[in-house]
Parts: sequence; structure tokens; C-alpha cells
Amino acid sequence: MREFDYWRAHDVSGALALLDADPEARFLGGGTNLVDLMKTGVERPARLVDVRELPLDHIEVTADGALRIGATVTNSDLAAHPEVRRRYPALTQAVLAGASGQLRNMATVGGNLLQRTRCGYFTDLAKPCNKRVPGSGCPAIAGEHHNHAILGASDHCVATHPSDMGVALTAFDAVVSYETADGPGKLPLADLYLPVGDTPHRETALPPGALITGVTLPPAPVAAHSRYRKVRERASYAFAIGSIAAALDVHDGVVREVRLAFGAVASRPWRARAAERVLTGAPADAETFAAAADAELAAAKPLPHNGYKVTLMRNLVVAVLTELAEEAAR
Amino acid sequence: MTPASESTYSAVTLKINGEKHTLSVDHRSTLLDALRERLDLTGTKKGCDQGQCGACTVLLDGRRAVSCLQLAVAAEGREVTTIEGMAEGDRLHPVQQAFLDLDGYQCGYCTPGQICSAVAVIEEHAAGWPSAVTGDVSPEAGPPPLSPEEIRERMSGNLCRCGAYVSIVEAVARAAGNVTTEAAA
Repeated sequence: MREFDYWRAHDVSGALALLDADPEARFLGGGTNLVDLMKTGVERPARLVDVRELPLDHIEVTADGALRIGATVTNSDLAAHPEVRRRYPALTQAVLAGASGQLRNMATVGGNLLQRTRCGYFTDLAKPCNKRVPGSGCPAIAGEHHNHAILGASDHCVATHPSDMGVALTAFDAVVSYETADGPGKLPLADLYLPVGDTPHRETALPPGALITGVTLPPAPVAAHSRYRKVRERASYAFAIGSIAAALDVHDGVVREVRLAFGAVASRPWRARAAERVLTGAPADAETFAAAADAELAAAKPLPHNGYKVTLMRNLVVAVLTELAEEAAR
Repeated sequence: MTPASESTYSAVTLKINGEKHTLSVDHRSTLLDALRERLDLTGTKKGCDQGQCGACTVLLDGRRAVSCLQLAVAAEGREVTTIEGMAEGDRLHPVQQAFLDLDGYQCGYCTPGQICSAVAVIEEHAAGWPSAVTGDVSPEAGPPPLSPEEIRERMSGNLCRCGAYVSIVEAVARAAGNVTTEAAA
């Protein structure tokens, strides 16, 4: 591991000043991804600015009924929070579906959104990777890609974003707040991640040196009736091969409102807006759910070894929406 | 703002099992390595060293964490509890006793991490935290019973290469009962 200097920040302006928008410096939250990548040499910062003690560890309901989640709230505290469990249960389920109890105690909300892909070529310094070394190539496309992207990828990168939390946040229209030396800013989570294109090494729209300070969930009564389902290769403690966050409001057998997002299928949590358009105002039945899934997955470009994800996601959409509709009918 | 001085090591004071230790650490040192190599607290084990096996589990401010991904310098000011701090004198922690009574191990290498994790699992459950296998996560539903399914899910961050899982689940269940009984008594 490269040697680095370490600073602990106690307020946001101090953290920004210590980082100084230095491309060789990194903010340290829980460290569950960054420290791991530093050990293997994928990340080689010259400086760490520890932001874990910043006063951003609160979850609060704002005057307009939104839920504001501080960036240093741990995954565990987010999942256990009564308002999250009551108003956005799919978010609690998504967080609890990720990692282990130990890692959830360490990991933070801000860090979760900025964690890196688990693509085996990205983490193997002996291999080319356009995300790690721009222009070096993408061995995944002709190689091991059974868990890679089917939506929104490019000829330059087919890696997926590993977050479960982000999938539920995307479904619920989360807005990311950040601070820079030039002042604060906001980005809808859907716009935080850049399209892959031919620049997979550029992952987010955050300005250089920006610090994520929190995530805000607007009020969404539909979210109280929501679910996260994750499919993985073992029963627990594994990344998704496909996941879905769904919320459904059915009235007189018709879909009044729906939220749908997919995980493990793209370089970012994937909001399924084409599916939502098919569903809204349509009968809440299996036929509609399948048509909605097909509408979203029409854009899928599976590789030779991950075509199963198209079927998997279609089945997930139908199964989870059917469950939510049946519960609504009770 | 430019830092007053740039260095790749720091003097830190770590509070471990109630005792303060001051030492100079290379910033690259993990808490796991500081415990084992610098402080001779070798109960905490190094397994994968990449946060996947749970052998290095300790409690940080009372919550379980993997010490292999925790930088020692970043642990300054936090309460660290290792397996060496679980017993009260000669009196084993109820979780330790349950693992002993029910053979919750074979080779024993993962055991300190399993026990630290189990101690935290019982507290997390008592605090009402749901898990990925909890059917209804709403606070109104209340905490689910600590069933074998719940224990398996909550303990999934601790791998046992010998496969002593059946006994580990029994030991955690027994200890959960014992801890509750003792707290109520």
C-alpha cells in the first residue's frame, strides 16, 4: 500500500479544505470499500481525510415531510430507523440485503453511493480495465461477464453498480446534497451517475473535491407499500445478480402510482421509467406487469453469458408487483 | 488550508478492553494488525484480510466491525472490545459459555470473531433491529423471535471453514436466552 497522510475533519468546511480538491486525496467514511481497494492497489491515495466524525449522522423528518439522511449515517442506523421502516420499507430491506452486520455498522450512506464496481477485472491490477486505466480495454466483454450489465452499458465497460441501498433510493426519487469549496449543490440520484459511453472512468457528476453531505427522500405515500427483492448466488452476504425495488398503489384494481428500480443490471441503480409508464393507469394484473417488464427490458443488450438476467428481471417484476397488488387487495 | 505537517504515521491512543494504549502507527496499519502485532492481543484472528470472513470481528463503540478494514489511526477515540475483553475475570461471557457447552467450533480459528459477532447480534436483536429475513420490517410489527433462520442471516458475516454452523446457531440461540434471562433477573 502506498504511504499516505491522514487527517480527521470535524466540520464540512474543514474537510473540504483538507481535501483541497486534490485528485490524489480521498474522503474516508467507513472504509469498507476504500481500504479494501487500497490494499490491492486499485486506489492509491496520498492523503485520507476522515469524515466519519462530521456532524452528518442524523436522520430527520423535514417540515415538508421529506426524510433527510446525513451522509455519515451508517447503513445499520439507516435500516433500523423507525421512519425508514414505516415510510420506505423497501429501503430498510435493501440495506439489510447488502453486506454483513459488521460491514453495515461501518459503512456510510455517502460511501455506499460512491462505492466502486466489484467487476473482477476492475479489481485485478494484472488485467486491462477502461474504468481503472482509461483506454486499456474491457476484457469482461469477451471474458467473465455472467454478472455484468444488460442495460445502459457500452463497448467500453459493462460493469454494474453494486449498491442495494441505491436501488431503493432511486425508486424513491432521492436527491443527493453535496458541498464544495464554492458552495453547496444538489443532484437527483438518477443524475449522480454519468452515462458509461466511452468514459467509464468518469463515474459521477459531482464537481471535483465535492463531499456528499446527505440524501433527501421526498414524501411519497406510495413508498409505505414497497418491497426490495434481491436474487443472489447464495442465501446471504453476496452481491445481487438482479434486484428490484418496487412500490405500488392500487385503487379499484387499477395502478394509481408505481415506483420501480432495478439493481445489478447497469452501471447505476436503474430507474425503470418505461415500465412505470406502462403500469400507471393500467389494470393491476399479471399481464400488465409482464408488459411493463418487457417495455423496460426491450432496451436490454445481454452478452453471451448474462442473458439470464433479462428473464430474471422480468420474473422479478411480475412476482414482486403481483405480491404488492395482492396485499393491497386484502 | 494546507496541513501543518504531512506525515505517514501518527501517535494514537487506542482504548482496548477498557485500557488505554499509546503507540505510533503507520497510517497503513489496520486495527487488526495493531492489535495482533503491536499489542500482543492475538485473540482477534486474520482470515481473509478483506472484510469477507469475519474472523477479525471486534466491537467498536459496542458495535461489531471487521478490524481488517478499520485503519488503526481512525480508531483513535473509539472503544474497542476484543475477545480478550469478553469475560469478567474467570467468568466467561454467556456467549463464550454457550459456544463451549454446545461445541460451537471445530478448529477454533473463526471462534473469536463468531463470539464477538454473536454478542452484538443478541444486542442488535434486543434493540429491535430487523434483518433481511424479517417478514415485516415496520416498527409496529415489533422484533421477530431470534429463530434459527434469523440467527443464520444475522451471523452470515462470519464464515466457518470447518462448517460448525449447526452448533454455532444453537450456541447463539442458547446464549440469547441466557442473556435475556440474566438481564431480567
